[in-house]
Amino acid sequence: MGAQKKGATARVAEDSEVVARHSLQAILLADSFTTKFRPITLERPRVLLPLVNIPMIDYTLAWLESAGVEEVFVFCCAHSKQVIDYLGSSGWSSKPKFSVTTIEANDSISAGDALRLIYERQVIDGDFVLISGDTVSNMLLTQALEEHKERRKRDANAIMTMVVQHSKPSPITQQSRLGTDELFMAINPDTKQLLYYEDKAEYSKGFISLDKTLIADNPSIVLHNDKQDCYIDICSEEVLSLFTDNFDYQHLRRHFVKGLLLDDILGYKIFTHEIHSSYAARIDNFRSYDTISKDIIQRWTYPFVPDILCGSSAIKLERQGIYRASEVTQSRSAQVGSFTVIGQGTKIGNNTKISHSVIGEGCSIGSNVTIEGSYIWNDVTIEDGCKLSHAIVCDGVKMKLGAVLEPGVVLSVKVVVGEQFVVPAYSMVSLIQQPTQQDSDEELEYAENSSGTVEIPSDKLNGEIASDLSDTRYGPTPELGTGGVGYIWSIFEGAHDEEWRHSVAPIPTDKVAKIMLDKDEDEELLTQDGNALVEELKSDSEDDDNEGSRDDYASFEKEVEATFLRAVHENVKVDHAVLEMNGLRLSYNIAAVDCAGAIFYSMMKLAVESLHSSASELQRNAMEVITTWQKLLKSFLHDIDEEIEVILKFEEICLESAKEFSPLFSQILHLLYDKEILQEDAILRWADEKEGADESDKMFLKRSEKFIQWLREAEEEEED
Amino acid sequence: MDFQVVVLAGGNSKNLTPLISKDVPKPLLSVANRPLLYYVLHQLRQSNLKDLIVVVEGEDAALHVGSWISKTFVDGLHVEIAAVPEDIGTAGALRAISHHLTAKDILVVSGDLVSDVPPGAVAATHRRHDAAVTAMLCSVPVSGSLESGSSGGKDKTKKPGRYNIIGLDPCKQFLLHIATGSEIEKDSRLQKHILHAVGQMEIRSDLMDAHMYAFKRTVLQEVLDQKDTFRSLKQDVVPYLVRSQLKSEALLNGISQAEENGNEKLSSPNNQVLDSKILANASTPSFHELYSMEMEPDDSAQTRKTHKCCAYIASSSSYCVRLNSIQAFMDINRDVTGDADHLLSDTSSDCDNIIGPSPKLGSKTTVGPHCMLGEGSEMGDKCQVKRSVIGRHCRIGSHVKIVNSVVMNHVTIGDGCIIQGSVVCSNVQLQERVVLKDCLVGAGFVVTMGEYKGESLARKEK
Repeated sequence: MGAQKKGATARVAEDSEVVARHSLQAILLADSFTTKFRPITLERPRVLLPLVNIPMIDYTLAWLESAGVEEVFVFCCAHSKQVIDYLGSSGWSSKPKFSVTTIEANDSISAGDALRLIYERQVIDGDFVLISGDTVSNMLLTQALEEHKERRKRDANAIMTMVVQHSKPSPITQQSRLGTDELFMAINPDTKQLLYYEDKAEYSKGFISLDKTLIADNPSIVLHNDKQDCYIDICSEEVLSLFTDNFDYQHLRRHFVKGLLLDDILGYKIFTHEIHSSYAARIDNFRSYDTISKDIIQRWTYPFVPDILCGSSAIKLERQGIYRASEVTQSRSAQVGSFTVIGQGTKIGNNTKISHSVIGEGCSIGSNVTIEGSYIWNDVTIEDGCKLSHAIVCDGVKMKLGAVLEPGVVLSVKVVVGEQFVVPAYSMVSLIQQPTQQDSDEELEYAENSSGTVEIPSDKLNGEIASDLSDTRYGPTPELGTGGVGYIWSIFEGAHDEEWRHSVAPIPTDKVAKIMLDKDEDEELLTQDGNALVEELKSDSEDDDNEGSRDDYASFEKEVEATFLRAVHENVKVDHAVLEMNGLRLSYNIAAVDCAGAIFYSMMKLAVESLHSSASELQRNAMEVITTWQKLLKSFLHDIDEEIEVILKFEEICLESAKEFSPLFSQILHLLYDKEILQEDAILRWADEKEGADESDKMFLKRSEKFIQWLREAEEEEED
Repeated sequence: MDFQVVVLAGGNSKNLTPLISKDVPKPLLSVANRPLLYYVLHQLRQSNLKDLIVVVEGEDAALHVGSWISKTFVDGLHVEIAAVPEDIGTAGALRAISHHLTAKDILVVSGDLVSDVPPGAVAATHRRHDAAVTAMLCSVPVSGSLESGSSGGKDKTKKPGRYNIIGLDPCKQFLLHIATGSEIEKDSRLQKHILHAVGQMEIRSDLMDAHMYAFKRTVLQEVLDQKDTFRSLKQDVVPYLVRSQLKSEALLNGISQAEENGNEKLSSPNNQVLDSKILANASTPSFHELYSMEMEPDDSAQTRKTHKCCAYIASSSSYCVRLNSIQAFMDINRDVTGDADHLLSDTSSDCDNIIGPSPKLGSKTTVGPHCMLGEGSEMGDKCQVKRSVIGRHCRIGSHVKIVNSVVMNHVTIGDGCIIQGSVVCSNVQLQERVVLKDCLVGAGFVVTMGEYKGESLARKEK
């Protein structure tokens, strides 16, 4: 299919006399490679989730078509069959001037893998638009494309143009709008070149560190906190080959963009294009799902709004932003409030109140139901007296009499909520049990799910739940009340207390305050930092480099300690620990000498922190630790200087951090000698060095006098 | 205007030996036949800033400077001379004279600034924003652009110099970040919370902090009081103020705040805010105000204290150089007699060179453009002067060639001397056929016949 198409484009190129006129291509990633929409995405691909009753991918495809893209390659991975089937059934695959080709892969785990695969297929032959299948936009591509091409002509290294948009600064806005983390970008105001990109809280420091060469090369840089990344990129072919060359690039932004920005050998450049009046946003989590749904209902995305996109089902826009499909059965006493969408064939009972919500097709909603700010997909049954606020309710869910959904709840496909049951806030409920392994990777989502329907591995279900909803004979699961079916997922470890960030529910005021507080704390750190900076400046004049390295060393020491403790607690093999330490050492660029000192320090600290009531017990502790980890320590003791360093470090420990050791100094020194960690030469050299020191400094030397004496005698004997 | 001006005139500077000495402190160093300090004082007088404190390092130097000022600026300027010990830094100097400061705002100018930027404009900007500190920024000077490879043998990096890294808000009114000195060579660290408040920050490395600051007196005194380790305005005080602008609880509380608020808020609390907004020439409040209001709905007692740090950016056509190296000295001499001759306001000469009254020039002697010849100087036959400054009452023999050089007052130059790219201080005697190339000759030195290249000739200090 791809080859055919290429032939066609070639002909077009010949026909039109313009040289190098390509048909505009786009790569649409129909997989997010994240788990933000779990548990729903365990059963359905994200791009097919309905956004105001229309699958997300439709918005993206419709925009691409309108923007003049002629050829789209849809990359599917998780639930690829579903995506392919949908594209076939919805008619996207058979449009005359808009070709949609699917590329299927089941073993890709990241955008990087996807692009590498597409590169292998060799279907891209020019500039292309790289977009994810969950993007809603109505921007015009023409200008951005022209800018991109113009730049390419002048500079072959300008391989990518990122679309960005203005947004209000302050983390609160960003959090409350799209649920994204704050983003910092540095852009050259004249060329629009992107110089720095920092998203995520990966550096949760209170400051941004700009490389000095950046400033040297650009007399003026604008640092933005008020831009939003639209995740629409115009790329040149090189981008694909770059992904292939750098096989470790996974994430588009975190690896690729940053990799390119940091790399100064190839000299590839990324530029930005800012859109002002048009709309572009990506649905990355439940919060952005909520926000963008509202934007669509309020027609910011025009012409991609429900009544225009699905002309066939004839949704009508009424006053106050109410969209109503043609065959809605609504009781007279039901109240439908503003900014609400009601899908075809839905029935609404008496005295039911609905506002700011989206109701899918074929739903039946009973009497006295309150629905507020919620997203209800297709074929949902809500019985009388239910209350829903700020929830997402997927296809085929059944809510029995008087069930209540508190804000932030997500009910995945075909869950049944029992009578009068109150689903607690922020719960995720699914028929599938929560994957026990929190490996942060998302294997499950990629697990081949060849059948289009929900086919759940039976071992996961323990036979409790059947795919057929009417079959409740398996008995009620206590988790969801009488007659309820489904599992309430426990909140991920590490993410607890964070669920509000990405949920559909509005952020509670106390959380807003929390964000503020976090920010304040940052500042506090910062002011201290700032003061430190001043002090640093002072000493800078004397020893510019030392200061930095001392800082480095302190943090290195901490890292070593943490690594060591982890190794101890998780029973990591010594060899692995050695590797890890080496990695640390290289990344901090610390000499082996210091590394040995740091490791020894961590070992001693461990010994001191383990339970002990007397000196002898402490000694035993220390012995244990040293015996277990001697190999680790030894692998960093290559020569005598390093060994002396360990002794000096030990002295320091005894004097400062763990005074408990000071009476044991000589014993432990002996132990280290016995274990062949320290050679006698090292000990003697240390003793000689200390000989000339101050009285106070010689404290430990005196304590170990006997031992040293013994060593000397042994040596002499040997010589004899 | 209720502005007090502090001119930090300095005294000794190692960079400038042997041009300056005990007898000629830095403020009195002759630049285009005028003491260096003249340029600053002249600009201040032009801006109608007349309440001055001139701070000089060392008692002797202060006496010299004082007597010169009282001779020259008898009219109009109200000048106090304050002597401070040497080597206490700019912040130290201000701390030492802190009790003399009484006005609401203080303008601090470095005495070695040769500039045509009106200090009044900086002061006005400061007032308009009601800022805690306003710093004057100017474009980085193009140093040594002429072929005059010239003096000092100072090996500077050839790149266009970077003196500061400066962060500005989008309207270029507020100073958000400033890095000086050794920080520039490191990676820049920019505070996120300022970015949160302001949204975008422009980082410029083509601007230079010209060392002309306007401070709110209370703030200045508070900082000097509390941070007794601060030595330099440029490296400590200003960066500190900029850094803490959204978090200024360290300052402004205690007495000064009460005093400030007391005075202002008693009269009309709302009007004051309104006034400052109108004065700020902005319909929308600045990010400082927005930021400080963010907290209010939550807890009105806990509003954030902020202070504003403003920037006055001199237009790129204006002239602004600090005389802090011999290279700068050469540059300024060249510029003042050439492109920037408007700095010498009272010389109204139609020619492209400036020649004092009653010069005595021998036959076939030419004085080229961009030259200056002080009054009472005499030149013999067949001399050539190009791009040079010659002081008063010099006696120059015949066949002398002076190119790209500065010759100060009362210098005697024998026949057949060639002087290139050099500085010859006052009372120097050059014997016949001396050849000087890129040399510095200290005051009162006698140069015997011979050829000198790149040397620094000076009398041993006793």
